Amino acid sequence: MSGLWALIRRDLRLALRQRGDLLTAVLFFLLTAALFPFGIGPEPNLLLRIAPGILWVTALLAVLLSLERLFLADWEDGSLDLLLLAPQPLEAMVLAKVLVHWLTSGLPILLSAPLAALLYGLPAHALPVLLLALALGTPSLSLLGATAAALTLGARRGGVLLPLLTMPLYIPVLVFGVAAVDASLAGFSVRPHLLLLGALLLVSLPVAALSGAAALRQTAE
Amino acid sequence: MHRFASPARFLRLAGAVQPWLAGGTLVLMALGLYLALFDSPPDYQQGESVRIMYIHVPAAWMALFVYACIAVASASLLVWRHPLAGLFAKASAPIGAGFTFLALVTGSLWGKPMWGTWWVWDARLTSVLILFFLYLGLIALTNAFESPERGQRASAVLALVGSVNLPIIKFSVDWWNTLHQPASITRMGTPAIDPSMLWPLFSMAIAFTLYYFWVVIVRVRGELIEARLRALTRLQTEGR
Repeated sequence: MSGLWALIRRDLRLALRQRGDLLTAVLFFLLTAALFPFGIGPEPNLLLRIAPGILWVTALLAVLLSLERLFLADWEDGSLDLLLLAPQPLEAMVLAKVLVHWLTSGLPILLSAPLAALLYGLPAHALPVLLLALALGTPSLSLLGATAAALTLGARRGGVLLPLLTMPLYIPVLVFGVAAVDASLAGFSVRPHLLLLGALLLVSLPVAALSGAAALRQTAE
Repeated sequence: MHRFASPARFLRLAGAVQPWLAGGTLVLMALGLYLALFDSPPDYQQGESVRIMYIHVPAAWMALFVYACIAVASASLLVWRHPLAGLFAKASAPIGAGFTFLALVTGSLWGKPMWGTWWVWDARLTSVLILFFLYLGLIALTNAFESPERGQRASAVLALVGSVNLPIIKFSVDWWNTLHQPASITRMGTPAIDPSMLWPLFSMAIAFTLYYFWVVIVRVRGELIEARLRALTRLQTEGR
């Protein structure tokens, strides 16, 4: 347990020392969200209609953008080999790294989401739903992305591969995340969508731990 | 399964089976196409366009069947390190992608006269498109590494993750939007279509299946010969 804790502390410290990386996801999220009104026009009703989709897609792309750094630095400087040799189960260490990735990409996006929602004039009663949906959905994005990031370590054209591998896996999260906010805007019950997002998170946890660890072991063979 | 693990035995067996598969494919394909194009009635609603279905439906079935085969092969590669399973999965992926592409294109051709549009964001169409992307990801990942074994094992992990996710994606997309008609063959007992249309469909489906196994055997043989060639060149260069 203390080993995992040390890994989390180390990764967090590394992320905090390199603030550029930390800000990339959030800045990308806010800037692209702010770009769309210029492309579509400032009509408030139209913006409100597309706000859930835009906010979710930009959040998804922002997470995707930050996925590459999840294992790449460790793989390049050889600390990944030490993690593979460590007595702690690799599955748990994958989850620890994903936790740090979420804390440095998903959480900042979540915290800046009210600002982006403000740009689109999202009503106050829909904001908690958006935040809850993002809180349940973005960890799944980090988890599923971790598998793809581990699989593409050492691959040629890794940067193009990553979106290709993750896009199909991200679609359910996107569908239910947007559906939750849409339901709240239309005055329907948001509970089923949030429950499904939670279910996706619970499925992604073991899938990402097992497949991520299997993929990392392959890099050492 | 493990009796076929030896490449030499596989090559012997493949050589014996291959002509039968090829012959069966050609005969059934010819029969199916004849039945589908000349000997079956036009649909009372869809007219002659219904004949596209004799290609479209088997192709869509094969798209799923090939993915299931890849998933089983991937599991046996990762669990038992079955040496031929990785080659089988690698050889299957482009064929599966081809069938998926065929299903998408024929569906689009059928959709234009029937629904009045080439493409709609309908649940089934979308999930087949996603399946196509999964296939592309598998192919790209298999070929992305210096060592072929690493590529095969990486895409085996991806195939298994995808097989867990496919039902979820299917379900989520169904929830999202649906326009495609429900299945009319899988209702056991009384299929909703006439035997005169069922026979061409089944003979095309079996022809497609035989075609898949035929081509997969040809491709695996090619991979084995290529691996042997690589080993020989390595021996030669090291010998010098």
